Amino acid sequence: MLLTTLHLAWRELRANLMRSILTTLGIIVGVAAVVMVVTLGQGVTQQITSDIASLGRNILFVFPAVQQRSGPPVQVQPFRAADVRAIERQISGLNGVSPEASRANTALYGNKKWDTQVSGATNSFFPVREWPIAQGRQFTAGEISGGRAVCILGRTPLRELFGRQRALGAEIRVANFSCTVIGVLSAKGQSTFGQDQDDLILMPLETVQRRIIGNINIPNIVISVRTAELVPKAQKDITKLLRERRNIREGENDNFTIRDVASIASLVASTTAILTAGLSGVAAISLLVGGIGIMNIMLVSVTERTREIGIRLAIGALERDVLWQFLIEAVLLSCLGGVIGAVLGLVGSWLLTIPLGVPFVLSPWVVVVSFGFSAAIGIIFGFFPARRAARLDPIEALRYE
Amino acid sequence: MTSPLLEFRKVSKIYGKGEAEVRALDNVDLQIRQGEFVAVMGPSGSGKSTTMNILGCLDTPTKGKYLFSGLDVSDLTRNQRALLRRHYIGFVFQGFNLLKRTTALENTALPLVYRGTPSAERRERAMQALTLVGLADRWDHTSSELSGGQQQRVAIARALVSDPAVVFADEPTGNLDTSRSHEIMTLLTKLNADRGITICLVTHEEEIAAYAKRQVRFRDGRIASDTNGTSRGGK
Repeated sequence: MLLTTLHLAWRELRANLMRSILTTLGIIVGVAAVVMVVTLGQGVTQQITSDIASLGRNILFVFPAVQQRSGPPVQVQPFRAADVRAIERQISGLNGVSPEASRANTALYGNKKWDTQVSGATNSFFPVREWPIAQGRQFTAGEISGGRAVCILGRTPLRELFGRQRALGAEIRVANFSCTVIGVLSAKGQSTFGQDQDDLILMPLETVQRRIIGNINIPNIVISVRTAELVPKAQKDITKLLRERRNIREGENDNFTIRDVASIASLVASTTAILTAGLSGVAAISLLVGGIGIMNIMLVSVTERTREIGIRLAIGALERDVLWQFLIEAVLLSCLGGVIGAVLGLVGSWLLTIPLGVPFVLSPWVVVVSFGFSAAIGIIFGFFPARRAARLDPIEALRYE
Repeated sequence: MTSPLLEFRKVSKIYGKGEAEVRALDNVDLQIRQGEFVAVMGPSGSGKSTTMNILGCLDTPTKGKYLFSGLDVSDLTRNQRALLRRHYIGFVFQGFNLLKRTTALENTALPLVYRGTPSAERRERAMQALTLVGLADRWDHTSSELSGGQQQRVAIARALVSDPAVVFADEPTGNLDTSRSHEIMTLLTKLNADRGITICLVTHEEEIAAYAKRQVRFRDGRIASDTNGTSRGGK
C-alpha cells in the first residue's frame, strides 16, 4: 500500500515536472545553505582548535599581572627564578615549567638584518611547548646558568639571515653582543591569528635578562600539565602557592593571571558555534519559505485533483488514505529537495574550503539533520492541504468541473 | 420472501433551514432486492440524484432510516460508510471519472488497492474484469487514449472488480452516442442476468430505462410510480 502510494506520488510529481522542480527549489536552496554554513563553521572550528592545540597540550600560561577592565595589564610584582623553582618543586602532576622572557630585537649576520623576537628560556621550553629542535642541540647546563651568548634559531630568522648557508656554529649579532648559533627549531607555521610562530630566536633565560632586558624578572611562565584532568587541580594549587608567595590576604584579589589553553580553545569554539548557529538560522528561514511554497503548490494540486479525490472517496478510500496520499507527495517533494540540497551544500562547501584554507569536515550529523528537517517541513506544510483533500465531500468533489 | 438488500423507511432529505428549506426527498419508502435491475427516473430536481447518493452511501438521510442489507446506514460515520462502499458497492458515473495518466488496468484495479489486495492478485482480477467488458487488449492504454464508450467500459470493469453486491450507475450513457449507449446497456443487462449483480441505474431517457426490469419514477421528492415493466427496449 505504502509502495503503491509512493509510486503514485512519484508519478504525480513527474507529471508536473517543471512545477515540482520550482517548488523544491526553495527547499534545495535552504538545505544547501544550512549544510554549507554548518560544514564551513565546523571546518573553521576544527582549524582553530587544532591551531590552539599546537601551542601544546594541557598548557597553563602564568603572568604576574592582572588584566584590567580597560587599559594595559597592571603589574604589581614580577615573578623571579625562585617562583619557578617553587612551582617545579611543590606542584605535582606537571610535565615541565618553562619561564620565558622576550624582547623585540634586531639580528645581524654579514650584511643581512632581521627584526625578530628574542626569547629567553630554559631547556623546559622544548617539551612544554612540544617544539623539538630540528638541527643542533639544546642549551647545556653551563650555558643556562652562566647566561652564555648562544642561540637557537627559529625557521624565519634562519631563512632571512642565512638563506641556504650553514647556520650551525656561525656568529650572529643581536643587540650589542655576538652570539653562536647552536641549533635550529623545527617549523611550527602560522598561528590562527596569522602570526608567524617561527619568527623567534631562543637564548638562555639569563642571557636575555641580563644582556638585553636588563633585569631578572620573569614576565611569563608556561606550564605543561600531565593530563587534561589534572589541569583544574594544578591551576588551583598554583594559585594557592603564588598567593602565599606574594602575601595576598584572604579576600584580596589575585595580582597574577593563570590562563589555560583549553579554556581559550573552548571560548573560540563556542564563539564560532554561536556564529554558525546564527547563520544557519538565517539560512533556515529560506527553508521555511520553501515549506510555504510546498503548501501553496499542494493546495493547487488538491483543487486540480478534486475529481480524482471524489473518485477515490467514492470507491472506498478512507479519509486517512487520501490524507496519506497527499502527505506522502508533499514529503517526497521536500525530501527530494533535502537530498539535492544536501549534496549541493556539501559540494559547495567542499569547493569553498579550498580558497578559504579551511579543512572540509564531513559530518553525517548535518546531513541527517537537514534531511530530517526537510522531511518535517513536508509533513508540517503538507498536512493542511492533505487534510483539506481528505475532508472533501465525495458528492461535491465528483461534481467539480 | 427474502429481506431487501436496500431499504428506505420514510426517508426525507432536507437541504437548508427555515424559509429556505428544500425537501429533496419527502417520506420515501423503497425496497430493492438482491439481483434486481432498477432504473430510477425523473426530471431534474425530482430527488432521483439524492436517492442515488443515499443508496450509494455517499450521503445520509435527514429523517428516516436507510438499511443496507439490514444495517442502518444513517448512524454510520463517514469512514464507516467508505468501508461499506469499498466492500459492497460499485459506481459508474456519467463522466466516466477515470484517473488521468493512468492505464485501464490501473484504473480498474483501484478499488482493490484500498482493499489491500496484493499487487499480483490486483492485476489478475483487474484483467478478468477488463476481459468481461471486452477491453482486455487495451489494458495498457491510458484514459486519454480510449474512446468515450471504452472509458465507460473501463469504469464498469472498475465497478465490478471488487465483486460488489450492488452497482450504481448514474446516467452511464449520458455522455455517449446512441449506439455506444446501447452497447453499455447490453453489457449491464448481461452482468445482471449472468452474474446476478444488483444494478441501480439513474437516467432520464425512457429508452435506457427500458433495459431495467423495474422503473421507479420520482416527482417532487416522492415516488410517482413504481412499475415492474420487463419490456425490453432497443435490441
